[in-house]
Amino acid sequence: MPAMTYRDALRQALDDAMTEDKSIVVIGEEVGRYGGAYGVTKDLIKVHGPERLIDTPISEPAIIGAAVGAAMTGLRPVAELMYIDFLGMTMDQLANQAAKIRYMFGGQIGVPMVLRTQGGTGRSAGAQHSQSLEAWIMHTPGLRLAMPATVADAYHLLRQSLTKPDPVVFIEHKALYTRKEEVDLSADPLPWGKAAVRRHGDDLVIVTYSRQVLYALEAAEALARNGIEATVIDLRTLNPLDFDTIRTHVERVGKAMVVSEGVMTSGVAAELCARISEECFDFLEQPVIRVAGEDIPISVSQELESGSVPSARIIAEVAERLTA
Amino acid sequence: MTLTANSHLAELYRTMRRIRTFEERVGELFVRGQSAGSMLHLSIGEESSAAGVCDVMKPQDTFTTHHRGHGIFLARGADPKRMMAEIGGKETGYCHGKGGSMHIADMALGHLGANAIVGGGIPAVVGAGLSSKYLKQDAVSIAFFGDGAMQQGILYESMNMAALWSLPVLFVCVNNQYGMGTRIDQATRNTAFDERARAFGLNGAVVNGLDVEDVRDAARWLIDEARAGKPGFLSVEVYRFFGHARMDKSPYRAEAEELEGRKKDPVLFARAKLLDSGLESEAALDALDREIAAEMDATIDFAVESRAPALSSMFRDVYAVGEPEPEPVRARIDRVLAREDV
Ligand SMILES: Cc1ncc(C[n+]2csc(CCOP(=O)(O)OP(=O)(O)O)c2C)c(N)n1
Ligand SMILES: [Mg+2]
Repeated sequence: MPAMTYRDALRQALDDAMTEDKSIVVIGEEVGRYGGAYGVTKDLIKVHGPERLIDTPISEPAIIGAAVGAAMTGLRPVAELMYIDFLGMTMDQLANQAAKIRYMFGGQIGVPMVLRTQGGTGRSAGAQHSQSLEAWIMHTPGLRLAMPATVADAYHLLRQSLTKPDPVVFIEHKALYTRKEEVDLSADPLPWGKAAVRRHGDDLVIVTYSRQVLYALEAAEALARNGIEATVIDLRTLNPLDFDTIRTHVERVGKAMVVSEGVMTSGVAAELCARISEECFDFLEQPVIRVAGEDIPISVSQELESGSVPSARIIAEVAERLTA
Repeated sequence: MTLTANSHLAELYRTMRRIRTFEERVGELFVRGQSAGSMLHLSIGEESSAAGVCDVMKPQDTFTTHHRGHGIFLARGADPKRMMAEIGGKETGYCHGKGGSMHIADMALGHLGANAIVGGGIPAVVGAGLSSKYLKQDAVSIAFFGDGAMQQGILYESMNMAALWSLPVLFVCVNNQYGMGTRIDQATRNTAFDERARAFGLNGAVVNGLDVEDVRDAARWLIDEARAGKPGFLSVEVYRFFGHARMDKSPYRAEAEELEGRKKDPVLFARAKLLDSGLESEAALDALDREIAAEMDATIDFAVESRAPALSSMFRDVYAVGEPEPEPVRARIDRVLAREDV
């Protein structure tokens, strides 16, 4: 099987989707000639032309808003937001417009667009370029949310996003772009909205997504050396949320931990934890534990940055105590 | 050392040379793997915008900058050691390693903050102008930003308010011709930016950034007017000598263009002007350059030798001192698990 990076898998997904569906256009800052700030759209302009790889001025609200209008009138736009932090500028177009149009207008029309962006820590990029803001999206009815952890999912989830009738926010992790895996893209993908069980174990269930899947797996390996076997669930999409898979394993094992890079309070981990506590209460032997980002902004100092989000070591430590 | 004639142009030259040399050392800090990350935006080629505008600012004036703001802060009188330490993410930096290159600030010098959101720092000067007017501070507030921010809607909301309320505000666009890989004419149909300001009722000017004295003169007029209640806009035309950030090798522009662009060098221009006019000798300027080189070398040592911030400091300054601090995730987990152990 050929090895491929997360970045190249995303690029391949865009390339293949654009070849198949001529209504797809990519619109955003530096997506054309430059090839994307993180290189995801590199050279696509040579294949699909400047009419379909549309470089924009630095005008985020209008980029997202234009994508909304294009999606309502026959195109399937992929709007790229260079950093998820810029959601701060675009939330009106995303949350008040894109997310609500189908509902407000009584189901007359949908907004089949994909907002591609990237988030997370790992590059000392500071407080305005390192956030994990998926909770903002998950908290907004009307938006779908995909967050790939693996190279294969980078490809398949993006392809699937580009077939959906409603707006999909697709969040990549900036620390994963150079990650390489052997993948067979022709193999059947998991269906959209289905979680992947990345590892099976009977002592603990770790529920997570995006880069923390890799940390959880690393922690699970370390735990296995001490005789603790963890199940690791990669949610892949947070909306739709595959709670059935979570329930099945939590009820089987009785102990659960939720891991998220986003800040702990009112975050995705809080939602997952609440839901597991409500729905699996009779099966739980311990409280569901959240391992999440500190309730603080991200610092540029590498020490403070890495110290403020979960790591494989912390996941393993907490898991060990939870299963003791 | 003292320059022979001690002319004002020589002072501006000194400021610009310090910026140039500082930025070169920032590049070195990165190469040595001692910078916090690679998102370092050097202002080499743009020194005249910083030196010329800051030269006419008064001590009570305030300002915000964009992400390419090292030079502006230096021109305002920053300590380059504390700047370099901040760029290295160290405890001794201006923001104790929390902010970094893109978020340096210093209230003592009226620096209301550098920003990593394009356009993010612009509206704050409207508010600072309001404060100045209401509190009778006689302070002008200046927003520095790049040409890329000329396409952010918030700039026009800010200009409109500043004019409507006759605020002591100046908007300064450091037009280095590019926003990342996008040349200004690829970002907008009309590049006569001063027309936009005048349309809102502000004073507007465009100045060639080659000669720092031209920049200073334009800024003086606009700042004087702003202080009297008529806000203004200044576009300083320069060329971004190098890539957008440290990793960018500018493949989107021709080498011939870059060579031509780098001829528009405000530091060398001022130097030649000083020599041609007989104000300074080559030897005196060489000695000044050497002194600056030594000063800036020391900033690297200072940054490298400074400690990383203590891990516990991450919880400080989310809220004001004395207010409840966020509870560490670990502490919560410990509490939950401890209860279980009982
Ligand atoms: C709101 C926002 N959009 C995009 C970016 C990414 N970005 C950082 S700098 C930059 C180019 C800015 O160009 P300009 O304003 O001309 O400043 P310069 O870098 O040339 O000094 C871009 C697109 C950002 N930081 N913030
Ligand atoms: Mg620029």
